Amino acid sequence: MASLLSRFCRKLALPGSAHGSRMTSTTACGSETVKSLNLYSAINQALHIALETDPRSYVFGEDVGFGGVFRCTTGLAERFGKNRVFNTPLCEQGIVGFGIGLAAMGNRAVVEIQVADYIYPAFDQIVNEAAKFRYRSGNQFNCGGLTIRAPYGAVGHGGHYHSQSPEAFFCHVPGIKVVIPRSPREAKGLLLSSIRDPNPVVFFEPKWLYRQAVEEVPEHDYMIPLSQAEIIREGSDITLVGWGAQLTVMEQACLDAEKEGISCELIDLKTLLPWDKETVEASVKKTGRLLISHEAPITGGFGAEISATILERCFLKLEAPVSRVCGLDTPFPLVFEPFYMPTKNKASSSSSLSSPSKTHIF
Amino acid sequence: MALSRLSSRSTTLLQPLATTSLLRRRHISTDTTPITVETSLPFTSHLISPPSRAVETSSQELLSFFRDMALMRRMEIAADSLYKAKLIRGFCHLYDGQEAVAIGMEAAITKRDAIITSYRDHCTFLGRGGGLFEAFSELMGRTTGCSKGKGGSMHFYKKDASFYGGHGIVGAQVPLGCGLAFAQKYSKEEAVTFTLYGDGAANQGQLFEALNIAALWDLPAVLVCENNHYGMGTAEWRSAKSPAYFKRGDYVPGLKVDGMDALAVKQACKFAKEHALKNGPIILEMDTYRYHGHSMSDPGSTYRTRDEISGVRQVRDPIDRVRKLIIAHDIATEKELKDMEKEVRKEVDAAVAQAKESPIPEPSELFSNIYVKGFGAEVNFISPLETTLSFGADRKELRATLP
Repeated sequence: MASLLSRFCRKLALPGSAHGSRMTSTTACGSETVKSLNLYSAINQALHIALETDPRSYVFGEDVGFGGVFRCTTGLAERFGKNRVFNTPLCEQGIVGFGIGLAAMGNRAVVEIQVADYIYPAFDQIVNEAAKFRYRSGNQFNCGGLTIRAPYGAVGHGGHYHSQSPEAFFCHVPGIKVVIPRSPREAKGLLLSSIRDPNPVVFFEPKWLYRQAVEEVPEHDYMIPLSQAEIIREGSDITLVGWGAQLTVMEQACLDAEKEGISCELIDLKTLLPWDKETVEASVKKTGRLLISHEAPITGGFGAEISATILERCFLKLEAPVSRVCGLDTPFPLVFEPFYMPTKNKASSSSSLSSPSKTHIF
Repeated sequence: MALSRLSSRSTTLLQPLATTSLLRRRHISTDTTPITVETSLPFTSHLISPPSRAVETSSQELLSFFRDMALMRRMEIAADSLYKAKLIRGFCHLYDGQEAVAIGMEAAITKRDAIITSYRDHCTFLGRGGGLFEAFSELMGRTTGCSKGKGGSMHFYKKDASFYGGHGIVGAQVPLGCGLAFAQKYSKEEAVTFTLYGDGAANQGQLFEALNIAALWDLPAVLVCENNHYGMGTAEWRSAKSPAYFKRGDYVPGLKVDGMDALAVKQACKFAKEHALKNGPIILEMDTYRYHGHSMSDPGSTYRTRDEISGVRQVRDPIDRVRKLIIAHDIATEKELKDMEKEVRKEVDAAVAQAKESPIPEPSELFSNIYVKGFGAEVNFISPLETTLSFGADRKELRATLP
């Protein structure tokens, strides 16, 4: 898995790679230095740059002072001082509420929720306070400077409370943005965009990739635009849409499908709310088939929203029903994790991907 | 030195007792003659008169304290090795050092009183009458575990002993505990609920909500803050404006207890139960300590010195304290206690070996117990595959036929 991942990531780094990735990032070629970094180091670099470029930005959360349990905030407290990078007590609701207040005064509050599974006490603050502040005050106030970072997703042995993917809950809330990077280079650019975006953003980091994913990341300050999906692999037979760590699984499924002569187009959504409908629509109009994959349980997962929208927009161009390969409708299990996960086998054998030529037109 | 003084006294006063206990020393003493021991520290109280420092106990009780705590200690150490051997996966939060809280509490209450705690629940489970085999099976995710292998380390439960678990989200068990207390009061059960939480959880908002409700409705809830002074890696003075957790109830009375002294814990819990049945909630702060880190992925030495840990072990260890009491009161010799520990070790090893042989749950268990069967909520498994090929936690291939 690790070698496949690094191969995958290295492919992305090459500009104009064989897969024809349309790089929408603003990386300068040639003159800027790059460094081989893993995900948590890339996030760390982004945070360093964010704090450096805006003196009114703050990073806080549980245990961020010493570097954080995933090392994402290493060196920040030492460099910027305890008044800007500080620990909070164990109270997610309090932390996010506090962040909203700080942001309402025109500051950039980068809040860390230690693990996405713990974000629920803060759910009210995010949905009822952060998302609606600008709207209900008639634009007098806003908490756009708020960015909430949380590690999400399966990690192999996380069990019920260290593996959840709660993105769907937040995608249902107009007023906030939901962003999920797939790799170190993406993470740095997307995090800087999220922090600087004048809207509150919930930024989910795939914790499985913190150490596993290694990529060449430019050392300078760069941003990757939000709400722009990226076609990371071009194809003509079927469109696959995903985000975060799941893309590496889908990449493997694409490689398998290729051996059977199926040309797959893989899209990284990057921003789930508001999501880039145009890119996905154009792709599905080209291929006629869509497969969506995410770790979260299938019922009510974000794949349902994508499916419904594409159905509305591309109905006459679809040659098969939209397929969703997702987590099962169970609580995230402990010993059963390997069966719960949407593995590449499940993706490969889904009706859309296995034999599209044999599927009837409805 | 103390021993010689005592034995000279025993020749004049306690000789009959000494000779009879000599005969009984081959197994756990059934002598229930009350012995009065003073707790090492006085109780500090908030809004209430503290209980007396003189605790009534007996040889039988002290020996059972020793044996049960030694069992708990051994179990946690065995769990440590199993985790490092990758037989226990996920998370494992060990309780060694805090055994006195579980043991002392059990001595003061019945199985009809409910206990609910956080994820550091292995020893609490044992205290409630749980078996070693069930515990190790659950830790290793086997079907013979107390939660059928579906819960793991953080989710031990025992319904017949009113042990409501076993909770992963910090502080979430406190409102639950108050709900349990409400049910007990409503049913006039003359029982109370002990809701345990840590010093880290003490800063959760839901705790204060639950406290207010419990006080408002006079619920028989005893909130026990197991203050081991570190919320994961954060020392209490860095996370709480007022680390006097027994006072944080404000209008709710509180008691600070030396949590390393099983007898003090017993006295406090007895006192708290009586109070809760008559007057509503009370907070107990157990001043305790954990030798291990927060969990198995925490070495436990980056935020505190090794000297501190070994210092507590030397001076305040709960098992050693009871050991000294037993020897001082001539209930058993040092060798007999060591033999008891060896016996305990064998018991634990046997349970581990047996648990290792147990099967993992059937794949169909992935879908069971989400909803109640037969109410139209059959889970749809979307995949044409009948057999799934996957890789288990130990990287070995796993094939399963899912329904």
